[in-house]
Amino acid sequence: MKNFMELLFGKKNRSRTISFLMVIVAYVVIEALMHGIRMSRLFTSLLVPTCCYIILGLSLNLVVGFSGELSLGHAGFMAVGAFTAVVASGLLSSSISNAILRLIVAVLCGSIVSGLFGLVISVPVLKLSGDYLAIVTLAFGQIIKSLITNIYLGFDSNGMHFSFVNNNLSLNNGKMLLSGPMGATDTAKIANFTSGFVLILIALFIIYSLIDSKYGRAIMSARDNRIAAESIGVDISKTKTLAFVTSAILAGASGALYALNYSTLQPAKFDFNTSILVLVYVVFGGLGNINGTIVATTVLYVLPEMLRSLQDYRMLIYAIVLIVVMQLTNSAKLKQYVEKLSKKLFKKGVAE
Amino acid sequence: MNVPVLEVKNLGIDFGGLTAVNKLNLEVYAHEIVGLIGPNGAGKTTVFNMLTRVYEQSRGTICLNGQDIGKMNTVEVNKAGIARTFQNIRLFGELSVMDNVKTGMNNRFEYSIFDTIFHTPKRKKCEEEIEKKAEELLKIFHLYDSKDIKASSLPYGAQRRLEIARALATDPKLLLLDEPAAGMNPQETEELMNTIRFIRDKFDIAILLIEHDMSLVMNICERIYVLNYGTLLAKGSPDEIRNDEKVIKAYLGD
Ligand SMILES: Nc1ncnc2c1ncn2[C@@H]1O[C@H](COP(=O)(O)OP(=O)(O)OP(=O)(O)O)[C@@H](O)[C@H]1O
Ligand SMILES: [Mg+2]
Repeated sequence: MKNFMELLFGKKNRSRTISFLMVIVAYVVIEALMHGIRMSRLFTSLLVPTCCYIILGLSLNLVVGFSGELSLGHAGFMAVGAFTAVVASGLLSSSISNAILRLIVAVLCGSIVSGLFGLVISVPVLKLSGDYLAIVTLAFGQIIKSLITNIYLGFDSNGMHFSFVNNNLSLNNGKMLLSGPMGATDTAKIANFTSGFVLILIALFIIYSLIDSKYGRAIMSARDNRIAAESIGVDISKTKTLAFVTSAILAGASGALYALNYSTLQPAKFDFNTSILVLVYVVFGGLGNINGTIVATTVLYVLPEMLRSLQDYRMLIYAIVLIVVMQLTNSAKLKQYVEKLSKKLFKKGVAE
Repeated sequence: MNVPVLEVKNLGIDFGGLTAVNKLNLEVYAHEIVGLIGPNGAGKTTVFNMLTRVYEQSRGTICLNGQDIGKMNTVEVNKAGIARTFQNIRLFGELSVMDNVKTGMNNRFEYSIFDTIFHTPKRKKCEEEIEKKAEELLKIFHLYDSKDIKASSLPYGAQRRLEIARALATDPKLLLLDEPAAGMNPQETEELMNTIRFIRDKFDIAILLIEHDMSLVMNICERIYVLNYGTLLAKGSPDEIRNDEKVIKAYLGD
């Protein structure tokens, strides 16, 4: 327990403390608002997806920012997590009646299966040096989407029924779980804002634990200088695989949460555009900058949705925000300024 | 004499048609500081690259404490006991000075990914020990005060010292230094010489170093190998090398 507290609030890592505080404060404020005043439907409907994209952004930053590899198919891992969770939750609906427990099990299933896919992809690819991972993940994203688009899966008293061809599974008083291009059509909505908040905390905890360890140092050393890392005994492909699989697990969790927040979900949702969008969040937030990822993802995901009513001005405002966010998170001078400011604030906080 | 720490026999490498190193025989014994010198392009760095398996040799054998390491990869060679620095400095620029050294200890302190995520006492104990050892190394190289800054923002001389500290962190038996004094002023060089002697005694290692600064080489090396056009021109004590006519000719040109 002492170790945990030290990790969360230890003196050594200011950015880590900021991450956790930022997320916790945001959660408390939003919860308070929701209890106090009636928030718009639009606002509440954005809460869980925002949490999902933050987790996906954090997961992608682990690969792109910390490990220095490019992934163009992270939506694919999200899809794997999503539809695994839908199936798990559907199958378990009678055996685990407690929704929270079922959510936990479904998210775990989604993460594990996604992690396995990450392992299968990265082990052969990361043995090579070069940008092969970008190409393979790009292909993976497309293949997974097409694959799920062609899966018909249902279950009834006789067990599971599965087809690649049509949705006439001749179920005997059963239930369809996946219906090809329609995807999941009748999922129990068991995810909520609190579960999203908790999952963000878990993701942050895992990422910080990893990057502050010998494994994290290995991952970053392999990014900074491959030959030097090898010369001091760092196994490059092993460490890069570790980063990638961890990332796939988190992406799977984010997909699982996402899927369990909607009653219907089509596989087309997890296309190339989604992968690129999240990559944009990560790049704008700053490579290897965790707080940047959280802020950039929130702003860049929520803003376009909020601005829908402004119509023509929407893209103009969006563009300005993009530039400001990039300046804030990637310019050294501004960073220094923010750091100074936060130091002052922190000193005050301690003194008081 | 006993088994040398490093024993290289008939080592050679060709790049296409160019024979960069040929028929090199070289030994380094325990506790020795040995120099490897020669004009630009003589093949010195290439020898280091073969020893650390960055390059695959075309001919010859390499033994470390009698063990054949000529078929290992770079990581395995480091685990076997060879660490090195680079002529064109290769630090982990985005990592702190402290973390550069800590990374060098990755294979010395084992804790699992489970220990990592669940913050077990084992992780804590290893990390504390890593921290202690890293601090000790940083102090030896006068880097302790800059331990928290990014490695890439260190001044040039300090970067060279950090590379040595990082190499030492892997607990090697043989340390290869590629022009450790390059870019240093005379005072820094003088300090470096003392540090090199000091670490040799403290960690009881053998050192093979490439250097163009003749005062440094003549001062701290007990034996010297001279390479010219990839082949051995001469070997011997500093005095023998200083007075060797072939060496003088090679350095001054005909
Ligand atoms: N990867 C390579 N491919 C082709 N030729 C190479 C390669 N590496 C080295 N060489 C050649 O091998 C020769 C020896 O180079 P090396 O870097 O070992 O010299 P050096 O003795 O370290 O010189 P310096 O004192 O300038 O560092 C040079 O002619 C160089 O061009
Ligand atoms: Mg050289």
